[in-house]
Amino acid sequence: MNLETILFYFFATVTVLAALRVITARNPLHAVLFLVLAFVSSAGIWLLLEAEFLAIALVLVYVGAVMVLFLFVVMMLDINIERLREGFWRWLPMGLLLAALIGVQMVWVLGAREISSGMAPVKHAADYSNTKELGRLIYTDYVYPFELAAVLLLVAMVAAIALTLRKRRDAKRQDIGKQLKVRREDRVRIVSVPSARKASPVQDGVSAPNGHTAD
Amino acid sequence: MEAQALHLIQWLLSQVGLWDALRGFIEPVWPVAWIVVKILVIILPIMGAVAYLTLAERKVLGFMQVRPGPNRVGYWGLLQPIADGVKLLFKEIIIPTGANKFLFVAAPVLALVPALAAWAVVPFDDGMILANVNAGLLYLLAMTSLGVYGIIIAGWASNSKYAFLGALRSAAQIVSYELAMGFALVCVLLAAQSMNLGDIVRGQHNGYGLLGWYFIPLFPMFVVYFIAGVAETNRAPFDLAEGESEIVAGFHVEYSGMGFALFFLAEYANMILISALTAVMFLGGWLPPLDIAPFNQVPGLIWMLAKMSALLFVFLWFRATFPRYRYDQLMRLGWKVFIPLTLVWVVVVAAWMQTPWWLW
Repeated sequence: MNLETILFYFFATVTVLAALRVITARNPLHAVLFLVLAFVSSAGIWLLLEAEFLAIALVLVYVGAVMVLFLFVVMMLDINIERLREGFWRWLPMGLLLAALIGVQMVWVLGAREISSGMAPVKHAADYSNTKELGRLIYTDYVYPFELAAVLLLVAMVAAIALTLRKRRDAKRQDIGKQLKVRREDRVRIVSVPSARKASPVQDGVSAPNGHTAD
Repeated sequence: MEAQALHLIQWLLSQVGLWDALRGFIEPVWPVAWIVVKILVIILPIMGAVAYLTLAERKVLGFMQVRPGPNRVGYWGLLQPIADGVKLLFKEIIIPTGANKFLFVAAPVLALVPALAAWAVVPFDDGMILANVNAGLLYLLAMTSLGVYGIIIAGWASNSKYAFLGALRSAAQIVSYELAMGFALVCVLLAAQSMNLGDIVRGQHNGYGLLGWYFIPLFPMFVVYFIAGVAETNRAPFDLAEGESEIVAGFHVEYSGMGFALFFLAEYANMILISALTAVMFLGGWLPPLDIAPFNQVPGLIWMLAKMSALLFVFLWFRATFPRYRYDQLMRLGWKVFIPLTLVWVVVVAAWMQTPWWLW
């Protein structure tokens, strides 16, 4: 058993246990954190497969951005865990059936000897850049599917924004451009107010109690 | 160097006659031990730099506000960081009622670990790098984006509203500025045509000194990256996650003793990291500013450290100069100014590189 195998079993165990805890943790926040752990350990498995771009992109996108927003939302929500647990036993057979289906599928696809022997990973030299190779494939052979997927995501994003966008008429907003354009003359008016009466010479030099002169 | 170090150990041990007894133990673990040694050689100076950066900050702020700064402990206050460290070490660690104990203790560690892990791919000189990985730039982006977990978890686990508000502010802030930071790095990636940080520095070497550095063609990105870096490290004027005038001390309000010290270390380690990265990607890393006799004989490490120090001074200068941003202003700057600017500049750089006027 070499180091790679040991590392693989370590990451695999952590991934499976963390994934189990995602659905069994009582506290939703803990579930999210276990999901983060599952992502990190599957990134470790991808690193073992020399897919460093995918592994780091997984950490960067899912762990660094998506899960942060997830945590954000879960912290703000008041989730009643008891209500979520209702109907667990009723839906259990259905869930088990689905799980068995996925299991059978995976064994069927991955277990076939003749395929998996042909898929033995090829070791590359240290200067081989996975990222460059991936970029070349995406932008040459698979350019249309890739652009299609990108447009699809863009449409989904625009749609999500359009659905939630509503102008509040009663809210007061700042228009920074307008604020910056403001000159002194727009806000301040200097008025020269003549003093009401001249101070009489008798009062000159007499200090008020607060130390200022009476004028 | 690895082999020489092993020889040195062999020589030392054979002087006392222990080499033959220990040989079977040392030789198999030597590669791992050597990596640990290299890690320590990076981490320990960073820790020292963090300690003295706190003193430098107080001194610089002091001078900018026409007062002497700390000057009671040691000459010019030079022992002040040690006094502070000892004080924090001996303080009681208070865990608030209702806090999630495990996460409360784990959060400062989660804040510090990515800040230190990112140093693995930072080149200090030609070849002076812990892990020369090809996806270095991506790794850095991933590591700097992980630091926010420490802050969010600390805010949540403290069971305190101030801490929670600080954590939420920080989460939104870091996710917003990461996009601008990522696009700025895409420009660097385009210019250097490599994600290896060593190659990025080598791409800035064209014999004309500082004219070859990327801050000239990528000047807007240089500014955006540095400002986004200030925002990512939660430093003034973007320190809304702490915001002591509004939410006491934000995410670390409930921390005392070493928990607080770890957050402090993480913040300053991140500052040094952002300075190092800005120096590597825009200011030519270890390259001298003029490629002529007295300058290019100075070791590259010195140039690198000088550039980092100058950028760190800018961090402190910012803090002394600018008032804190309001939250909506911060979001506006990130989403409405930086992201459109970086998006446009990516296209500009890509088009520019196709023309004969691209000189880098």
